[in-house]
Amino acid sequence: MAIETEPGTTQHPGGGQPAGGAARRPWWMRPAIHTGLIGAVIGYAFGHWLGNLIASGYQQVGTSDQNDTAIVLGYLFMVIGWLAGLGVFNDLFKQMAGRRLAEAENGNGPGGLAQYFRFHLDHKVVGIQYLVGMIIYFCTAGLLAMGIRTELLSPVHHVFSSATYIEIVGEHGTMMMMLMTSVILGPFGNYLIPIMIGSKRVAYPRLEALSFWLTPAAFMILLSALLLGGFHMGWTGYPTLSIQDTSGADAYAFAFGLMGISMTLAGFNILVTVICYRAPGMRWSRLPMFVWGILGTAVMMALAAPVLSGGMYMLLTDRTVQTAFFTDQLGGSTYLWEDVFWFFGHPEVYILALPGFGIVCELLPVFTRKPLFGYKVAAAGMIGVTLLSFFVWQHHLFDSGINPDMRPLYMLTTEMISIPTGFIFLVGMGTLWKAKIRFTVPMLFCFAFFFNFLIGGISGVFNSDAPADVTEHGSFFVMAHFHYTIMGGLIFAFMGGCYYWLPKMMGIKLNEKLGYWHFWLMFLGFNSTFMPLFAVGWLGQPRRVFEYALRLQTLNDWVSISSYVLGFSILLFVINFVWSTVVTRVRETGNPWESRGLEWQIPSPPPAYNFEHVPVVLSGPYEYGSEGSEPVADLNPPVGVLAAAFSGSETARAEA
Amino acid sequence: MAAETQAATPAAKAGGPNHGLRIFLIWIVLALAADLVLWFVLGPHIPPGRLGSAAQGQQFDNNVMIAMSAPVLVLVLVYFTYAIVVWRRRPGDDADGPPLHGHSRIQALWITVTSVMVLSLAAFGTYELIVPYGAGGGEGPSPIWNPPGAELTAAAQQRPWAPGHVLVVQVIGQQWRFTYRYPGLGGFETTELVLPVNTMIQFDVTSIDVIHSFWAYQLGVKADANPGVDNVAYTKTQHLGRVTVRCAELCGLWHGAMFNYGKVVTVPQFQAWASSTSVALADVTKLLPPYSTTYDPTEIAHLGPVLQKLGLTGAGGGYYPPQDPSQP
Ligand SMILES: [Cu+2]
Repeated sequence: MAIETEPGTTQHPGGGQPAGGAARRPWWMRPAIHTGLIGAVIGYAFGHWLGNLIASGYQQVGTSDQNDTAIVLGYLFMVIGWLAGLGVFNDLFKQMAGRRLAEAENGNGPGGLAQYFRFHLDHKVVGIQYLVGMIIYFCTAGLLAMGIRTELLSPVHHVFSSATYIEIVGEHGTMMMMLMTSVILGPFGNYLIPIMIGSKRVAYPRLEALSFWLTPAAFMILLSALLLGGFHMGWTGYPTLSIQDTSGADAYAFAFGLMGISMTLAGFNILVTVICYRAPGMRWSRLPMFVWGILGTAVMMALAAPVLSGGMYMLLTDRTVQTAFFTDQLGGSTYLWEDVFWFFGHPEVYILALPGFGIVCELLPVFTRKPLFGYKVAAAGMIGVTLLSFFVWQHHLFDSGINPDMRPLYMLTTEMISIPTGFIFLVGMGTLWKAKIRFTVPMLFCFAFFFNFLIGGISGVFNSDAPADVTEHGSFFVMAHFHYTIMGGLIFAFMGGCYYWLPKMMGIKLNEKLGYWHFWLMFLGFNSTFMPLFAVGWLGQPRRVFEYALRLQTLNDWVSISSYVLGFSILLFVINFVWSTVVTRVRETGNPWESRGLEWQIPSPPPAYNFEHVPVVLSGPYEYGSEGSEPVADLNPPVGVLAAAFSGSETARAEA
Repeated sequence: MAAETQAATPAAKAGGPNHGLRIFLIWIVLALAADLVLWFVLGPHIPPGRLGSAAQGQQFDNNVMIAMSAPVLVLVLVYFTYAIVVWRRRPGDDADGPPLHGHSRIQALWITVTSVMVLSLAAFGTYELIVPYGAGGGEGPSPIWNPPGAELTAAAQQRPWAPGHVLVVQVIGQQWRFTYRYPGLGGFETTELVLPVNTMIQFDVTSIDVIHSFWAYQLGVKADANPGVDNVAYTKTQHLGRVTVRCAELCGLWHGAMFNYGKVVTVPQFQAWASSTSVALADVTKLLPPYSTTYDPTEIAHLGPVLQKLGLTGAGGGYYPPQDPSQP
């Protein structure tokens, strides 16, 4: 059943009944983050004990003095305990016992600040949880990057030991690559997609909430690797290095695999929501571009992330119960890992690009006061990137010897992906034609996105050329390339989205003056940090080294100092965020950007269940400049209109 | 811009400046200038240089791609700058822009031009990959793009080398060092990479522990060193000079310190070096396992301590005590 057919009836995420007047228990007795933590501690202790019981007799445990089985089982039961403590399974058991689900127990009632610390089924609460979580994860991983740049200030004098340095590199890379997959889909996708498509809810609120509550677990487990001696194989975790590594590698594999599950759930929920929960009149040709971008992301997440979880599971069994998927002498192969990992890893980098495309396409019409140029081209570009992303992964392995004769094929598919990417530039440039550009903070971030992604994309063409890639592969050139696309693309779009949508999500506008400072420092700091790294890589500096050629010190020092400016600009953002949302709280409840987006036609922050009535969408979201164009939607449609709209889809469904 | 003729209709071409022509003129001048400077001034200095034939090929590839992408870069930048300067909202003007939903001719032109560019780049890259025998990249154990005289079996590689023929150099990666074995010169193994000039070199890259990547920067060679795999790469030495070798795949704690230097010398110098080294290492060479394209450290682990004492590593099982890396 797609959408509640009777306007006016409340929908209950998760299918719970209205609260039956159950008396509320005091806050500390209701499941929330503190009971989750208690559950996690108990779970870890139990799992660790169990692992010692099972595996202490293994020969490998005896010789290596470390029991990986105990650690992995500890993490497994820790996650189960964490979720149980959060109350994730409560409704499940209640339904099995045949009891009614009280809404208050679900955390669906109105509930102040406390609701954000609980397993909550409202997509708007989950969106805010994701937003705060992502900022924390991003800043943690960003601080680690500062550590890397500090070590690289000098080619010979060392701040860290070689072990600590590699641990920092691995933590930075893994944390960014696993958690930033959800940096836009998590907050903005979960919060805004149902509103943008005119739905009162998402398809699977429980899966959505679960996808968020797995991220703090993955984050903490990944950080806990440092307590276990860290891991020393970077975010790609290539065996056999990752098999011989200390127990920190268990934390890496478990956290990354767990995040794979979170991505799968989040993607699946968005996918079904967009397909099945669109309001009447929200045709595919009226879908906002942000929804198209997130839809493509969700497809890639749902199809690629399970492969990641499977690969991590194989790595964990190699490390614990001594399977030999990746051990050459026992019939396994390190190539198997490279294939499995990059089959996920390449769609992943488009998971990290497409949401950014969506945001800039969404914002450009608003701030140019023009319709989007070439709507179909933009949608085709996103679909094209989504499909092609599954056919390029071997370009990470051009020099590995895995299938050298297929290099022309992967060179072709990789270079072909710049065609749909180019569509986005055509759309952006066409939309600017004779526009009336309003230079707001979000618009500046859009411009920066195009500048950065242009450089990231063109350097990607160099990498896709197999001969040129021989020098660039594994060097700082590649590193600069993907920071231009991910940091310069995704994170800049995320920042633009924050300034644009926070008035919608929190009813609060971020300070504009600080916003301009943040933007200019971030834009200049970013380019000053990563532009020279192309040269550093071309001149022969491999990635993940702590010693480099003396002649490259000037460039490296320039980069390190710029990276502090970049870090400071992110600090300004955090200050702005906290200052605006906690201290000054300047209310902004209307439509500050004069946007036609459906999400701006309802109050900010949106009421429970978003719309009083299921809206009927009347026209596309980007019809700026047309005299007498219809409003984007009828928020209070006559009952007859709705009934007609639904009866059409009902009969269609009955016939199918 | 003083021209403030705001035609609110889609047919905005009439009146007002011809923006398209202006952008085109600015673009063509800047793109031409950029290409000339990049090709003729910067081009000869683009990495990775010309010491090896593979490096020279990569330099040429880089230059072609620079020449192709510079006009694209300039076009987008000129367009955005023009838009920011000319099409900004004037104070007090709250009207919307013209409602242009698209332009099918421009869209078709854009898609055609980008597709042609991309496909021709792929064809160019394929040609540049196949003709110079894999362009210096690792081609696996049985490359199909190989130079005349390539030796692909262990038996053939052990035939005595004569000047003018392909020289086979086996590269053995281990934590955290590369060693080099010369099967055509008696099979000795050294930590020193010495190569004769004007010679086609065939690197047979393998590893005895984790994945490394053999990166001989000035030669334009990069090939992953995988345990149990023979990964072949070709380059031809073109000048005398020094070669920097770095590991390009994270391989553990001292990955950053896994580098050494090699040199390209004249053929007589190389022959003299080879015969003297062969004699000096004769005792050690006897202890080494027979030459093979890959090595299994678990089979020859007992040799490890012996060779460690002799300061030699690699083919003989390396630095490791037998149980480390732990094998089940
Ligand atoms: Cu190495």
